[in-house]
Amino acid sequence: GLTPYEKKKYVWKMLYIYMLGYDVDFGHMEAVSLISAPKYPEKQVGYIVTSSLLNENHDFLRLAINTVRNDIIGRNETFQCLALTLVGNIGGREFAESLAPDVQKLLISSSCRPLVRKKAALCLLRLYRKNPDVVNVDGWSDRMAQLLDERDMGVLTSSMSLFVALVSNNHEAYWSCLPKCVKVLERLARNQDVPQEYTYYGIPSPWLQVKTMRALQYFPTVEDPNTRRSLFEVLQRVLMGTDVVKNVNKNNASHAVLFEALALVMHLDAEKEMMSQCVALLGKFIAVREPNIRYLGLENMTRMLMVADVQDIIKRHQAQIITSLKDPDISIRRRALDLLYGMCDVSNAKDIVEELLQYLSTADFAMREELSLKAAILAEKFAPDLSWYVDVILQLIDKAGDFVSDDIWFRVVQFVTNNEDLQPYAAMKAREYLDKPAIHETMVKVSAYILGEYSHLLARRPGCSPKEIFSILHEKLPTVSTSTIPILLSTYAKILMHTQPPDQDLQSQIWTIFSKYESCIDAEIQQRAVEYHALSMKGAALMDILAEMPKFPERQSPLIKKAEDSEADTAEQSAIKLRAQQQSSNALVVTDQRPANGTPPVSQLGLVKVPIMSNEDQSTAEQVVAHTNGALTIVDPQPPITPSPDLLGDLLGPLAIEGHTGIAPQSDPNMGSGFEGGTNPDALAIASVEEQTNTVQPIGNIAERFQALCLKDSGVLYEDPYIQIGIKAEWRVHHGQLVLFLGNKNIAPLNSVQALILPPSHLKMELSLVPETIPPRAQVQCPLEVINLQPSRDVAVLDFSYKFGTHMVNVKLRLPAVLNKFFQPITVTAEEFFPQWRSLSGPPLKLQEVVRGLRPMLLAEMVALFNSLRLMVCPGLDPNANNLVASTTFYSESTRAMLCLIRIETDPADRTQLRMTVASGDPTLTYELKEFIKEQLVYIPVPSRSAAPMPPQVRPTSPPNAVLDPGALLAGLL
Amino acid sequence: MGYDRKIHFVLLISRQGKVRLTKWYSPYTQKERTKIIRELSGTILTRAPKLCNFVEWRGFKVVYKRYASLYFCMCVDQDDNELEILEIIHHFVEILDRYFGSVCELDLIFNFHKAYFVLDEILIAGELQESSKKTVARLIAAQDSLVEVAKEQESSISNIIAQATK
Repeated sequence: GLTPYEKKKYVWKMLYIYMLGYDVDFGHMEAVSLISAPKYPEKQVGYIVTSSLLNENHDFLRLAINTVRNDIIGRNETFQCLALTLVGNIGGREFAESLAPDVQKLLISSSCRPLVRKKAALCLLRLYRKNPDVVNVDGWSDRMAQLLDERDMGVLTSSMSLFVALVSNNHEAYWSCLPKCVKVLERLARNQDVPQEYTYYGIPSPWLQVKTMRALQYFPTVEDPNTRRSLFEVLQRVLMGTDVVKNVNKNNASHAVLFEALALVMHLDAEKEMMSQCVALLGKFIAVREPNIRYLGLENMTRMLMVADVQDIIKRHQAQIITSLKDPDISIRRRALDLLYGMCDVSNAKDIVEELLQYLSTADFAMREELSLKAAILAEKFAPDLSWYVDVILQLIDKAGDFVSDDIWFRVVQFVTNNEDLQPYAAMKAREYLDKPAIHETMVKVSAYILGEYSHLLARRPGCSPKEIFSILHEKLPTVSTSTIPILLSTYAKILMHTQPPDQDLQSQIWTIFSKYESCIDAEIQQRAVEYHALSMKGAALMDILAEMPKFPERQSPLIKKAEDSEADTAEQSAIKLRAQQQSSNALVVTDQRPANGTPPVSQLGLVKVPIMSNEDQSTAEQVVAHTNGALTIVDPQPPITPSPDLLGDLLGPLAIEGHTGIAPQSDPNMGSGFEGGTNPDALAIASVEEQTNTVQPIGNIAERFQALCLKDSGVLYEDPYIQIGIKAEWRVHHGQLVLFLGNKNIAPLNSVQALILPPSHLKMELSLVPETIPPRAQVQCPLEVINLQPSRDVAVLDFSYKFGTHMVNVKLRLPAVLNKFFQPITVTAEEFFPQWRSLSGPPLKLQEVVRGLRPMLLAEMVALFNSLRLMVCPGLDPNANNLVASTTFYSESTRAMLCLIRIETDPADRTQLRMTVASGDPTLTYELKEFIKEQLVYIPVPSRSAAPMPPQVRPTSPPNAVLDPGALLAGLL
Repeated sequence: MGYDRKIHFVLLISRQGKVRLTKWYSPYTQKERTKIIRELSGTILTRAPKLCNFVEWRGFKVVYKRYASLYFCMCVDQDDNELEILEIIHHFVEILDRYFGSVCELDLIFNFHKAYFVLDEILIAGELQESSKKTVARLIAAQDSLVEVAKEQESSISNIIAQATK
């Protein structure tokens, strides 16, 4: 046999070989067996090598469980330490189940020394991550509170890490710990009772400070005024007292604390003053030389965008942020790109997108794809006019064709097809790009398509005769791949159709090409060639067959959807979310604006900016636009006409252009106004934005506020410059007691105050008297009683109006008396669950559905979501780790207390789908609950719910016009 | 996913791309480990000096710092506090420095196991365990002396045996 020394030596060598990158699949047994050696030196080697070599899923690890346990419960302190370290580093589920009680005992034991207890805290953290059930919430919250009183800083640091994990999963149980955290922070901030060895470059344990602030961010709010005041004092001190110093480490440590404090301030929704202080700090950071701080400044600014009302202040730093886009460091460039993407809106879209395009030519390949996708999305969402959108996408294809997916050029085609005004312009642009010596194949595709459809609109321009268009396109044919040839063939056929009277020469050229491809090996090409050849012999009938493509049905941009999907689970979620919540002022919506608010559609700008084009079929365009509107908004003054291609108009079009030398003979008043704006499009854009701010604008996003209140019980429901409506709710079984706080923010009274509740049929609601006048700077409280009669997902609406000066304001607000408020989370054990589950055997009590098109989220996120909806996730009931089981009790007058059970089976390979099974003793409840959960899981961006009557302006909130039109707003809200 | 946020792994890589220490706090298979090391050495070693100390990688962030010929890297989640991690690295380096007496790459090659001992006293479960350099130094010294004592006992026992069997 080997001597102990040799065993040690060889096991170390194995680890070394492994570390150098060689596969070491032998000797694991020897390493594990050293753990049970009686003497410290061998044991130590066994423990350390095992925990470096193996991972938690390794079979050999099981063999060691007993020895490890014996070491943990044994009397030898050094053995305890070794064992706790191993379990803390690689312990898996099995360890969690068999060792957690012993580890807990060590952590709270008064006889253990700190060196053991701090390891026990982190070891327990590991076990808790593997199986949250190992910490029994009821008993543990008091213990946790005691641990936060710990004097030993090592134990306190470790305990705080444990606490962060516990509280992130379930903050409800740990409210009592909140003041203790603030105490810890105060102690550190004042440097009271912090031993010298725990100060790091003069800063009292920066790590503990950061951890404690982290923990506080998991509580939705800090309610107790004293605690809140103390906390804000500390935060204020950090924000103001952090200076830039020479020593790098001191700087890093103090800024680590500072950035965490910033995050906490943002989370706590601090007063406006403090927020602007934060933005000012960040503005300073993004301009400093030190790259780390610059990076973090940009990153935190992006996060800050989530907080309402700072966007305008952040915009002031736009130039600096654009500079960072050219930073030598890719990490910084990425942050800058994300921030620009997040802060873009109609007011700065042009500048930002143009910067992105410019940067695209020099950007490194690693970033080009992301960059072009983002530029395309922004161009689509915030295009001030459609011609600009077309310009941007064509430039994108020109500069980075390899990174422009088919989705992007399909989208351009959709827009051009659906907007007559745009067609001549797009055709002209496409024609211009064809003159370039070398163009990307995607450019060939998109220009061939557009010219096939619309080149006849250019016919009288130089270089745009059918023959010339054909020959310049045909030049590209030898350079393209088989996927492009069919598009070219279609274009040839269309050109042929538009050439009236037929040009014999052109016809024979094109026919020759068709007959050449009739024997092509590619089936698609062959079929097209044969069919077009035959069709084009039909003479006049060809016109009907090859008529212009009809409009595309409106659909969500695949691009935006893709971006949401691909980025949702990786990078900056915040920016994406923000994007999704901002109104989709994409071009299609823009054209729909007109009847809703009577302002000239912004898309007009695009078309009139194009010199002498497209006026000729204005009337057709008008009617078609009106038609599309009619389909969407129901109220349509004009009789809809079919959008069938107006062949006559098309043919006459070119003639009209020729005679069209000026804009003087304008008969259409709409055109006139459109044109005035058109001569100076920027002026108009500014004017319309100003008009917005003159009327009453809600502050913050109403839909977001409602969403937030669905998950918590107090907060702001609505706010505008004059009034703030807060809400506070208490829920007990099927009763709810809400209080509305109506606060007048001004020094003049608010008059004609009216509040009307529109309850759905399942809720009985009674609002106490609301006074007609709210005195200046006063707040009135109006209690509101709610009784839940039966399960339903319908939502109650508060119809609220008041008068301030000459402003009459009326808003319809959804009230957060939603299904989940009548849930009471309940934990069920396996013994309770399975009999129930089996007894509810099938429809209508148990319903199952495969749900697709979900917003992809990690399982842990889903767990958090369920818990926040008061659907208690019961870990461990389902043996499959990809599934989750949740339970809750629902209360209503008709159902009384009713147990609901939910099982979700996810597919780790495809997070956009899952199977959901919901069971309860009441068929309506089962159905409503199932639909409710589905709504929460399927991604519904806010604007789609409040979409229809929105102008393309900055704020995602309801426009003033809609405020005056309650019907429209109600429709939007519901 | 708050409760699973931590340092996922620690890597020490030399400027030539040789690995000097690895520690994995999240479960990765052997194959994944190799791939991660390859990818990250490619990304980090090629970064110019004077850039920031953070690299975004596969939805995570790698905080790294170069000390002489060695790169110390720690991988954390996207929304973790980067500077805090950067100073954990420095804290680790200072302790190594104190322990070895101005540490250099060779120390970590010939005594790589000691680096593991030290790391285990600083991090467990991907979380900072102890922020006092003095405490860590004391604990490591105690471990070393335990090993020494065992060694002496052993040699004295083998002496006794040797003498008895003479």
